[in-house]
Amino acid sequence: MIQVLIPSQLTSYTGGVTRVDAAGATVGSVLDDLDARYPGLKFRVIDEQDRVRKHMRLFIGRDETRSIAAPLGDGDELLIFGALSGG
Amino acid sequence: MSDAIQLLVGTRKGAWILRSDAARNHWRVNGPQFLGQIVSHLVADPRDPRTFMAAVATGHLGPTILRSADAGETWREATQPPAFPKGEPQGRSVDHTFWLEPGHASEPGVWWAATSPPGLFRSADGGDTWDSVAGLNAHPKILDWMPPDGGTPDGAIVAGIAIDPRDARHMYLATCSAGVLETTDQGATWAPLNENVRCDFLPDPYPEYGQDAHQIALAPTNPDRIWQQNHCGIYRLDRPAQRWERIGDAMPRDVGDIGFSIVPHPRCDQTAWVFPMDGTEVWPRVSPGGRPAAYRTRDGGASWERQDNGFPTEQGWFTVKRQAFCGDGGAPMGLYLGTTGGEIWASADEGESWRQIAAHLPEIYSVVAARV
Repeated sequence: MIQVLIPSQLTSYTGGVTRVDAAGATVGSVLDDLDARYPGLKFRVIDEQDRVRKHMRLFIGRDETRSIAAPLGDGDELLIFGALSGG
Repeated sequence: MSDAIQLLVGTRKGAWILRSDAARNHWRVNGPQFLGQIVSHLVADPRDPRTFMAAVATGHLGPTILRSADAGETWREATQPPAFPKGEPQGRSVDHTFWLEPGHASEPGVWWAATSPPGLFRSADGGDTWDSVAGLNAHPKILDWMPPDGGTPDGAIVAGIAIDPRDARHMYLATCSAGVLETTDQGATWAPLNENVRCDFLPDPYPEYGQDAHQIALAPTNPDRIWQQNHCGIYRLDRPAQRWERIGDAMPRDVGDIGFSIVPHPRCDQTAWVFPMDGTEVWPRVSPGGRPAAYRTRDGGASWERQDNGFPTEQGWFTVKRQAFCGDGGAPMGLYLGTTGGEIWASADEGESWRQIAAHLPEIYSVVAARV
């Protein structure tokens, strides 16, 4: 199981919850799992070409990734942030 | 429906809805909705006036479409917002939907969305799911017509959609880098329609395509008449002719004929309004001389009259973007404009007089009038 940190920008999808558990072996599959429970969430983070959107940042633990193919293992933490999008 | 009007206002920081009394004298500002979200366009469906559609994004999050079936009381997100085909060779992704257009009256549930980077999308289920219009988005010349990085500071855009009320298959697009495009088969094939439209920023001043069509509008009583506010002037085209006439040549020289919007009269095909901006030197894009004014033609563009009663007479540096000037179709026609400074101005007498009905809103992107 992966623990996911939900940023404030996405809590409208999760009903205000900022930490959720999700299943998946990659960043993409974890986001798919979240999207099944919170429809629409993934497309706000990942575009139709499977790229992380410009002002979203994903970390596995302390390591940033821009790839949805990045692997995750049981007990990993996926942190989603919205960052630096202008005034 | 009543004679009361609602103004659907999209801003850089959310949406507001202004509602008037039947006389259009008193206005109540309702909102915000989607506070902090970038609302490029908020539109009511003339086929079902309680249906609203909103194109939203945020600085962080990707774009989506929100739909309301109860005049903005509650909203549902599209389950499949506009998106280019996954794995397409151009690798495009929708940054934002710029323009939402209700479909033809004969096609309830159909909506069209124009995006940045330039693309066209169609929904057949009231905006819940959207399909890429391959006839345009995969056209062999799409990257020549509309390079993804070849447009406005906010991105290259398809800036507007106009549908022939007599024929759902006949549509026009206003684009920022291919001028006007036309289809007669509902988007399967497209052709530029730009003869005699000037392009001051290209070596060939009258190219087949390359123009920046800021906005187009069909005259409601005569859909063969197309009004265009272009980056390089005001034009009129009477189909089936192909050659546009630069009717902005009749504007005062010290004002010029540059602007973002053009509003047709609902019952007279000789009448339209523009809101000029300064397109000289470094293109300030503000009211020329700091003196805001609408201009009206009542003779098809042969002449224009200034309408500035009520506007600031000095130090009024308005910028009114493409979707932020509209009419309500009433008799007399009510006119409304929103500024990038967050003000909304209204005229209940076809532009003869103006007054401010809202201020202190965020930067206004769009104003759409609809009957309550």
